[in-house]
Amino acid sequence: MNPRQELNYLNCEHTLRSWFLTTDHKRVAILFAATITMFFFIGGGAATLIRLELATPQGDLVSSDVYNRLFSMHGIVMVWFFLIPSIPTTLGNFMVPLMIGARDLAFPRLNLTSWYLFLLGGAVTLYALFIGGVDTGWTFYTPFSTMYSNGHVILAAVGVFIAGFSSILTGLNFIVTIHRLRAPGLTWYRLPIFIWSLYATSIILVLATPVLAMTLLLISLERFFGIGIFDPNLGGDPLLFQHLFWFYSHPAVYIMILPGMGMVSELVTCFSRKNLFGYKFVAWCSIAIAGIGFLVWGHHMFVTGQSVFAALVFSFMSFIVAVPSAIKVFNWTATLHKGWVSYDAPMLYALGFIGLFTIGGLTGLFLAALAFDVFVTDTYFVVAHFHYIMVGGMVTAYFGGLHYWWPKITGRMYPDYWARAAAILIFFGFNMTFFPQFVLGILGMPRRYHTYDPALQVWNVLSSAGASVLAVAYLLPLLYLGWSLFCGRRAGPNPWNATGLEWQTSSPPPKHNFPQTPRVQRGPYVYTPEAVAVAQNA
Amino acid sequence: MHEAHPAFQYATLPQQHDAAQLGMWTFLATEVLFFGGLIVGYFVYRFGYPADFAAAGRHTKIAIGAINTGFLLTSSFLVAWAVTAAKLDLGRVAAWLLVLATLLGAIFLVLKGYEYLQEFHERLVPGRNFQFDAAHARGALLFFMFYFAVTGLHALHVAIGLIVLLAIAARARQGAYSLQYHAPITVAGLYWHFVDVVWVFLFALIYLPGRSGE
Repeated sequence: MNPRQELNYLNCEHTLRSWFLTTDHKRVAILFAATITMFFFIGGGAATLIRLELATPQGDLVSSDVYNRLFSMHGIVMVWFFLIPSIPTTLGNFMVPLMIGARDLAFPRLNLTSWYLFLLGGAVTLYALFIGGVDTGWTFYTPFSTMYSNGHVILAAVGVFIAGFSSILTGLNFIVTIHRLRAPGLTWYRLPIFIWSLYATSIILVLATPVLAMTLLLISLERFFGIGIFDPNLGGDPLLFQHLFWFYSHPAVYIMILPGMGMVSELVTCFSRKNLFGYKFVAWCSIAIAGIGFLVWGHHMFVTGQSVFAALVFSFMSFIVAVPSAIKVFNWTATLHKGWVSYDAPMLYALGFIGLFTIGGLTGLFLAALAFDVFVTDTYFVVAHFHYIMVGGMVTAYFGGLHYWWPKITGRMYPDYWARAAAILIFFGFNMTFFPQFVLGILGMPRRYHTYDPALQVWNVLSSAGASVLAVAYLLPLLYLGWSLFCGRRAGPNPWNATGLEWQTSSPPPKHNFPQTPRVQRGPYVYTPEAVAVAQNA
Repeated sequence: MHEAHPAFQYATLPQQHDAAQLGMWTFLATEVLFFGGLIVGYFVYRFGYPADFAAAGRHTKIAIGAINTGFLLTSSFLVAWAVTAAKLDLGRVAAWLLVLATLLGAIFLVLKGYEYLQEFHERLVPGRNFQFDAAHARGALLFFMFYFAVTGLHALHVAIGLIVLLAIAARARQGAYSLQYHAPITVAGLYWHFVDVVWVFLFALIYLPGRSGE
């Protein structure tokens, strides 16, 4: 049969209605992917302006007020409208049913609802940002946000509030799907690590997001009615806001990084043709990170005047949460050992992730140490640290996953040369942008200022130059992946000779994923000598 | 009565039923944290301003609160009864029980509204109109802020519950549920019980401060 005539989820229906009212998890994933790509470039645009402004010590491009609005916009868009939904709603949405041998998620209509909520929240927030924006930073700290800020705080908060429900519904859907819709024979210890990590992510989404929703509601109430919930002048406590905010927003860091860790586990095993070293440890480490991650929020508040005892406990817990992350890094490295390693583009991203995440993680330990944290609080050291985790880690993993599953999602291969070039360019551009910021932080440059001491210009220029490399590197995939949609070579069901269930159906998959429900008899990464031989001959 | 079939993504009806129930439990976990955030805030200020909270608590309408608690608990009982009836193929009975439960829920909302109105007249609503004994005004303002936020959110949940219960009642009357297929009514019941349980906690937090040992 001519592959062109084969019916799949993309060509089975063509109307707009069939897209916007679809309940097929694969199509919903595509809707999400298009939306978050838009947000990625909006947030990236704000970042570009920030780096341009910082190329010189004077505030010569934008005023300080506009600068405040720029970095707030960058943070709000990137955190809530790109990083948090990035892997779960796109790759996760597409792959979870395929990887567990199901026909769809447990609640397909809820899944579509989640996208519409996301769209609505995004529209409200974007509207707030474009009619004047907010100058509070993405953290909405009180009492500034409630009493003094002249930005559109309520509107932006409402947008994030709505998008939060989208997160909750996605998490809920994944939890139920992973519990109830696994194919026959697919026990928990036969699940791919990507599924384990999305399960852990979903737990955080479901348990942490409502607290953020409540906090934003209180902010809006206080601002609207002028009640002093968080305003010390009226009897409130601004620290309470920070506690509630970070109770969500620290676990949110794990919402961002856990799916990336799962992604890398898939890539490392596939491209070194080996079972994952210490599978059960890696699996349970995801759950451990999700659990312990709820108990470390106070390390964002070391200098706020919380009790010294609390700070000590939070510092200790922050060291503890690094243990499962470190176990993962060691296990990926051990998986590479004596593996049949090939350097396809997804693997380059995975290796980049391991390196960048390790730097981000280790500097995280610096910040968990009380004394050092006091020294670099609110400096570029912190900025560099979390960008290494979120951009170096999460965005790199997202790109790795996108390339790995691109042939499955679209049925086409991307141009290999360009993909590898982009992967390498991202790695170098990223380091050039953010490594100087560690130095700047140690030298004492505070974050969120649009002017700085001229002595620091060298490092800032380096960083801005790196950012331009990074910008090109992030635009490249848009071009060649777009090109491959129409002109790419047809991929076939399993271009990587990988073992996961998702590769056992055609590319792109048919509407209900599998002609017959698969039966599972092995673990996820059984790369037998035969499988390795196939790869060698390829 | 027609034979029920599972939705396309499920192999069997019990699997679908389990999924629906797990989904609702997960949603309720979210709800617990949602109300939890607010209640934590309440406790922080209750410990910060114990005397003010006691003074403010004495201004709440405990008679209405107590009667409302009775209505909500009874309503929850009727829903539990309706679920059992639906499983026994007694669709009409289930429908009537649900309508009765909805009625009690509606009375709850009406009484709550009346309570709000009284508090408005007594100038207890936070805002420019708010007036309270000066010695306790600070904490009392916070108390009433939390009071209106948390009972308002709860009332919203009750209102949503009423719509859900009526919709389920209509389906039950048509005989849609049976021992094999009863996920929607069970799940709706879970939600309603949750709304009920939240109220039990709120009752203690709102109406009892300042009323013990005097």
